[in-house]
Amino acid sequence: MVDAPANLPNYRYVSRKRRTKEDRRFVSGRGKFVADVEVPGMKHVAILPSPHARANIISIDTSAALALPGVHYVLTGDELGEATNSLFHGLDLPNVIWHPLAVGMTRYAGEWVAAVVADSRYIAEDAAELIEVEYESLPAAVDSEKMIDEDQPLVHPAHGTNVLFRKTWEWGPVADDFASMPNTVSYRARWGRSSTVPIETFGVVAKWDDVNEIMDVWASIQMPQYQDQIAAALRIPMNQVRVHNDVDVGGSYGVKRGIKHTVLVTYLTKKLGFPVRFIEDRLDNMSGGDAHGPDRIFDITMAFDDEGVIKSMKIRALDDVGAYPGRAPLQLGKPMTALCGPYRINSIEYEAISVTSNKTGQVPVRGFGQSPTNFAIETGLERVAKHLGLDRIEVRARNLVRKDEFPWKIPPGSIYDSGDFHAVLDGIIKTSNWDDLVARRDALRAKGRLAGVGIATCLEPGGGNNIFEFLFNPKLEITTFVESVLMKVEPTGAITAVMCTTTSGQGHETLVSTIAGEELERDPDTIRVLHGDSLEALPTRSPVASRMAIVLGTATSKAARDIKSKMITIAAHDLGVEKDQIEYADGEFTVRGNPASKLTWAEICHIAHKQFHRMPPGHELGLQAYAVQQVPGAGGLPDENNEVPLYPCFSFQAHVPLVEIDPDTGKVKVHDYFIGHDCGTAINPDIVRGMIIGGVAHGIGAALYEKFEYDADGQLLAGTFVDYLLPSAHEIPPVVDSEHCTPSPLTSLGQKGSGEGGYLGAPAAIASAVNDALAPFDIEINELPIRARDIEAALYEKTR
Amino acid sequence: MKQVEVTLNVNGKDTTLTIPPRMTLVDCLRDELRLTGTHVGCEHGICGACSVFLDDEPIRSCLMFAVQAAGHRITTVEGLLNEDGSLSDLQDSFWECHAMQCGYCTPGMLVASESLLAENPDPSEDDIREAISGNLCRCTGYQQIVEAVQMTAKRRREGAANG
Amino acid sequence: MKAAAFDYVRASSVDEICRLLADAGDEERKIIAGGQTLVPLMAMRMARPDMLIDINEVAELAGINDHGDHVSFGAGTRQRAIERSDIVSDRLPLVAKAVRNVGHQQTRNRGTIGGSIVHGDPSAELPMAALALEATMILRAVSGETEMPIDGFFEAAMVTNIEPEQLLTEIRIPVWQDARIGTGFHETSSRQGDFAIVAAAAQVALAEDGKVTRAAISVGGAAPSPVKLHGLEAALIGKSADGFQDIIALVDEEIDAETDVHATAEYRRRVTRKLVSRAIDDAIAEAGK
Repeated sequence: MVDAPANLPNYRYVSRKRRTKEDRRFVSGRGKFVADVEVPGMKHVAILPSPHARANIISIDTSAALALPGVHYVLTGDELGEATNSLFHGLDLPNVIWHPLAVGMTRYAGEWVAAVVADSRYIAEDAAELIEVEYESLPAAVDSEKMIDEDQPLVHPAHGTNVLFRKTWEWGPVADDFASMPNTVSYRARWGRSSTVPIETFGVVAKWDDVNEIMDVWASIQMPQYQDQIAAALRIPMNQVRVHNDVDVGGSYGVKRGIKHTVLVTYLTKKLGFPVRFIEDRLDNMSGGDAHGPDRIFDITMAFDDEGVIKSMKIRALDDVGAYPGRAPLQLGKPMTALCGPYRINSIEYEAISVTSNKTGQVPVRGFGQSPTNFAIETGLERVAKHLGLDRIEVRARNLVRKDEFPWKIPPGSIYDSGDFHAVLDGIIKTSNWDDLVARRDALRAKGRLAGVGIATCLEPGGGNNIFEFLFNPKLEITTFVESVLMKVEPTGAITAVMCTTTSGQGHETLVSTIAGEELERDPDTIRVLHGDSLEALPTRSPVASRMAIVLGTATSKAARDIKSKMITIAAHDLGVEKDQIEYADGEFTVRGNPASKLTWAEICHIAHKQFHRMPPGHELGLQAYAVQQVPGAGGLPDENNEVPLYPCFSFQAHVPLVEIDPDTGKVKVHDYFIGHDCGTAINPDIVRGMIIGGVAHGIGAALYEKFEYDADGQLLAGTFVDYLLPSAHEIPPVVDSEHCTPSPLTSLGQKGSGEGGYLGAPAAIASAVNDALAPFDIEINELPIRARDIEAALYEKTR
Repeated sequence: MKQVEVTLNVNGKDTTLTIPPRMTLVDCLRDELRLTGTHVGCEHGICGACSVFLDDEPIRSCLMFAVQAAGHRITTVEGLLNEDGSLSDLQDSFWECHAMQCGYCTPGMLVASESLLAENPDPSEDDIREAISGNLCRCTGYQQIVEAVQMTAKRRREGAANG
Repeated sequence: MKAAAFDYVRASSVDEICRLLADAGDEERKIIAGGQTLVPLMAMRMARPDMLIDINEVAELAGINDHGDHVSFGAGTRQRAIERSDIVSDRLPLVAKAVRNVGHQQTRNRGTIGGSIVHGDPSAELPMAALALEATMILRAVSGETEMPIDGFFEAAMVTNIEPEQLLTEIRIPVWQDARIGTGFHETSSRQGDFAIVAAAAQVALAEDGKVTRAAISVGGAAPSPVKLHGLEAALIGKSADGFQDIIALVDEEIDAETDVHATAEYRRRVTRKLVSRAIDDAIAEAGK
């Protein structure tokens, strides 16, 4: 473990306003996104999707498609299913088989049935239209709650049921705690199926080199074990797969998994002998990309005393992962790491149910299930307050973990590392001028409008220790969650660092160069950061779980400190003193008490690379270091009570929006949004601020606008940007953020994660505000998204 | 269906191509001219990632066929750079304000913003949000973009005042 | 989402366009103006013309002219030009209000008034305004020119009463000569700039005593086509600012709302009433100034 500094130092680069490294190429139009990658000779793929939610494939006639000039191949599921291993599921589901192209049966409207390879995407689409498929359409299973009943059509007949997973855990004395509390509230909270939907769709280019036996892959990817899964599907050794991690990814927040796209394309290039490219168009992406998010129903009961302090909680979470689960069911597990939110709840019963349906597959979305869970918990806090007639801020203040109680262990076993939740909450009440917001709310009401002020306090777990997966599948006995960096200093003194995964807007090059610069007292602008390909790279788990500042950041500190130590050793030897006699500052290694006796950075580099005769005997030559950093606190398996510490670092936010609702149309306008956030040491303040505000915007989308709506027959009604509504600049208000810093004791510079927080609390905060606006009518809506028509209908029912 | 010959003026330079009429302007810019700064996000006219200038006005290049652009001046994000390759003041402000994260919507945002500033040197926040309302961003929540446009407007007003 | 193949002709005159349309035979030949509605349909292969006739370079099809009793718009006039036009803001304030709600700057830079009307989207703003004000459409074919009142032009969602060989060349929108005129335009959409879920346009003229002497009201999004509310218009005569709420129910008789992914039929019906009411309120208030 790398120790964090005891006091908050006056950083030179960290936490200072600095331009990022990445932005320069983006403003110039010189990003390298996957669709910009040109591999000579590459051919293009278009997909033929199934129009049916559930159907048997009777026959596929590709002859007309193949006859079209410019078409090279038409692939169907029978061939691909034989030639490749089925795709990975997080749960142990031997009878749930997933291939990129449907085999025998299609299980959702939009599922891929055939793939055409042609000279251009235009021709490939022409050919796809000429493929004749005969289907036998079957009744579909679409209602998530009904999946538990036995009489639904089976999505995967061989699995025997539509329930993929169902288990209940109990942590702490739930029955006793319930018996001892005078009050309970029970409620349902529903999270509609939405997702990240980045502006760039998923894409992949693959080239098989027969002579060198290398599969080169360029993709818009954000995924752990990508190369592992490619190799496994293709039945080739992992060191025949080279994923190029220097592709700029146009946004992801979890969803750019694309493993089926990749297996499809890598199979084709290997078979056909030329590079193959598949870029999802928006229609492909929305229905067939398998990138939907949680689709969840929570039934919760909270037990609390007359002061509103919650002692215990029972949660049932039902999630519909669509036809092909992949890792999605595990999205019910991650929230265990903050299952009681930022509150001092003593015991929890948690029943997690994952069901399959004839819908598009689900994928990890920003927070990996934490945002729906936070929404469900915060709904409970509102209910408790209402039940007792308590102020909503006060009820939270009474339940929040206190500053002097850290590290704080929650019933499932995670340990909240640090925080000052009350200070952040008090701070945002002050910054937002809460009383003034309430006055403005009341003034709007006096004018005949509906208006509400919302509050939500939420955690953003960071760092990524996914051993909760073991509780879902004992075969996932994985306790290593590392991130690596290699750092080297050239003979002339320039520094280069190599990170081992992709970046999708988080500014990792800036993260690494800033930290390395801080540790080595060198200007981060002079430090080059590369993305090593998967063959060169050291172990990585990719930028998920709000982990990179924590794990990559700590790895960077470690490697940099290693290099600094080596340089000091070399300096000491050459200057003829003990190592502890050397002081390093600003590129100079000086003997303590003898300022004339020193060596410069450049001189040390020259010695290290070129002058063996001046090096300490046995010392490594050159100047490099690497660090493979395990996530702090991780390593153990769950104990016999299913308790295990999961994510190590906990960032905290308090959200306060003011909304106005037009009573005639039900349309919500978010006027103001205040957010207090504490992510420990912010490496780059602009990046953190961008993540916070962007997360809030993403959360407003999930709260008010976005839904992958299905009809009763399993047809996706929101398959384009006309129907799936991403918020524009009109829908997002100016966001005022106030920062706090409670460093983590577990990381090199006290940094925590910040990539998710806005998103993890905004839906709860918006729901709180909307329900405050509807409270005078005794209306409460606990299902997201809350759309204008939902509000208008509720008002109409109440006031007719 | 036959191909057609067309001469396109892009970023001040003429290029003659033989292309199918159905090739969209964005595909032509990206694949034929290798100007990959303009991006494809939806191909049905909503996201704005494909925005370019057609004779000084921003349009969606996914909703135009390349052959339609003959006889017009097209300016892409690459054409916003100064002659010597340095960043324009707007591009520089975007960098200064960190008005992006993944960078995918950025070229379109620059076009939409530059168009606003050309017409309105002192835009209000509402004016700015209206101007970029046809450009979707999933990363930033728009605020740092608004700030970058405000910064540029201020720089230009001060520059004009100083002569 | 690549369009199916087509032949392309860049027309240089109205005569040429009409000839091309007349010679179509079995081919489907479509006009492309701004492309803001047509190209997405082509990208999704819901529209697959064999030939696209590009009318964007036909100068005689663009232009806004004040003829005193009406304003004429070349069908190829850009929405952006309408937005910026002093003639429109002075003489057709309802159209000025409507056009501000159309899409975003990129949309209005290419979109045309002719394209918007010919496509017949049930919630598009310009067709609504033109319908309210009883525009006349000028249609041309090789066989000659036809004047068609706009009422009856919209048949069903995205279906308009234009023959395959006809070209819409001009839209004439009457200018009211009354002394005291006011307008109102209200819409609600999921996001600002989206197609309206429902929209209401109103123009009224008032007598000296504040009573309505003339009314033009249309709604969009509340039926498969934009609808002119003839019954309500007639009932509004003689009413004043605080005297028309009792007749708002007439709206229900004239619309035919449907449920889709954006809204239910019930929502559309109830909100249409509210927006019509607001539009009339605004119009009367403005006329009274």
